[in-house]
Amino acid sequence: MNDNVQIRTRELSLFYGKKQALINVSLDIPPNRVTALIGPSGCGKSTYLRSLNRMNDLIDDVRITGSVEIDGLDIYDRQVDVVELRKRVGMIFQKSNPFPKSIFENVAYGPRINGVRDYRRLSEIVETSLRRAALWDEVKDDLKKSGLALSGGQQQRLCIARALAVDPQVLLMDEPASALDPIATAKIEELIYELKEKYTIVIVTHNMQQAARVSDLTAFFYIGELVEMGETKKMFTTPEKKQTEEYITGRFG
Amino acid sequence: MMTGRKVMGSMVVGGTALAALSIVAILAVILLTIVNGGKDTLSWEFLTTAPAEGMTAGGIFPAIVGTVLLVLLMSIAGVPAGVITALYLSEYASQKSILARGVRFAVNTLAGVPSIVFGLFGLGFFVQFVGTGMDRAFGGVELRWAQPNVLWASMTMALLTLPVVIVSVEEAIRNVPRDLRAASLALGATKWQTIWKIVLPNSITGILTGGILAVSRGAGEVAPILFTGAAYFLPHLPGALSDQFMHLGYHVFIMSTQSTNVDATRGIQYATTLVLLLLSFTLNLSAIVLRSRLRRRAMA
Repeated sequence: MNDNVQIRTRELSLFYGKKQALINVSLDIPPNRVTALIGPSGCGKSTYLRSLNRMNDLIDDVRITGSVEIDGLDIYDRQVDVVELRKRVGMIFQKSNPFPKSIFENVAYGPRINGVRDYRRLSEIVETSLRRAALWDEVKDDLKKSGLALSGGQQQRLCIARALAVDPQVLLMDEPASALDPIATAKIEELIYELKEKYTIVIVTHNMQQAARVSDLTAFFYIGELVEMGETKKMFTTPEKKQTEEYITGRFG
Repeated sequence: MMTGRKVMGSMVVGGTALAALSIVAILAVILLTIVNGGKDTLSWEFLTTAPAEGMTAGGIFPAIVGTVLLVLLMSIAGVPAGVITALYLSEYASQKSILARGVRFAVNTLAGVPSIVFGLFGLGFFVQFVGTGMDRAFGGVELRWAQPNVLWASMTMALLTLPVVIVSVEEAIRNVPRDLRAASLALGATKWQTIWKIVLPNSITGILTGGILAVSRGAGEVAPILFTGAAYFLPHLPGALSDQFMHLGYHVFIMSTQSTNVDATRGIQYATTLVLLLLSFTLNLSAIVLRSRLRRRAMA
């Protein structure tokens, strides 16, 4: 198991001003698997997720101790270029947030800021990304249409395509289906299942069934601490800690 | 007791309604007076010819050109400066930083400085300090830049309107959803790429609104240009930045205080005022339209 680690977190603590949001979290995330982060609101799971691509940096007054290594590289090292890091670690947000641009330009945004100018090359990337996000067949005839004209589920898949277009290794998903109806949710879940062949996926979810359906591994957070992590099947049938069992069976949270 | 309260209540309602109505009435009286006085003089010819016969006849073409030139130069100097300041305040400065607070305080204070003070500042700084320095630097013997001209008037006006631009552009920039910034940054865009490709394009209506509000304020102000460039009368249109210019607002003042023949110029005064008002209304109206569009988009 030790060799098979893509994201290695050691003693990670995070403070918003004086409030501690993460307490000594140590956690290994393997490549090409789906790892679900679960726990009641305010338990730190989203904060943990956002510390993996340093989106917490955008907030004033954040202090971090401990280490996060991705492929052996300490991402909080002074030498690390945050911009490069975020290209390797893509993120899907809770609320779909396509740019007010065309579908094509949404997906082409990442490659363009990376300096891809050639239109043929851009078109290729856009098509591949949309195919991978299972959206191509629905939009291939109107790539010029605004991304905002799509349905909620389509918008979220557009955001996934947009993230894939910069060719990341890791995809962070922050409750990607919480605002979607059951059918759109099912599509996203199916997509997650397909994407793990090429990408390492870390997903935050409030929905226990969803965690059980899509993830290989589950980590349970409670008030800033990692309580327990293990194979999803085991976590949902025979968790080691009583807190985990109580949360999963719906006794609190 | 009850009746006393009721009477009091209806008096308040009546009083406030009266106060509100009187504002509308005052506006109506002003507008009617001006339209009435100016409608006979206002014509295509009035708009396109120069004053004639010691300014007791003819049109106001040079004053229109001068005003347009003034606001154009003012916008070229003021809008970029305002946008950059607004960007700094909303995107780069930490809200608690002393510098950002200082800038904000300065902007608010600047907005409250009487316009005549700007005029005096423009005369002292641009005309006498910068202008004299430029003349010396170019080695000229004759006075070229160290005298009031359209460039210095525009610079002074740009300073005056800077707070308007900063405040409205900053509001527009803040209206760009955080989600969009986060999405761009999460794709590996730098802060500047995010500002250039996401923040600015999505606040362009706000930037335009700021520009228009500044222009509408600048078009109506006379005090700042009194000492910095406005001319009483010019036989020719300004051909260089170092030329003086005529201005609609100043023209009204001149016509009503310095005229040699009050009866002959009365119609011209009214018509000039009407043109100035129409210009100002049109600009404000387009700012309002732009702004409501911006709001609607921010909601969606």
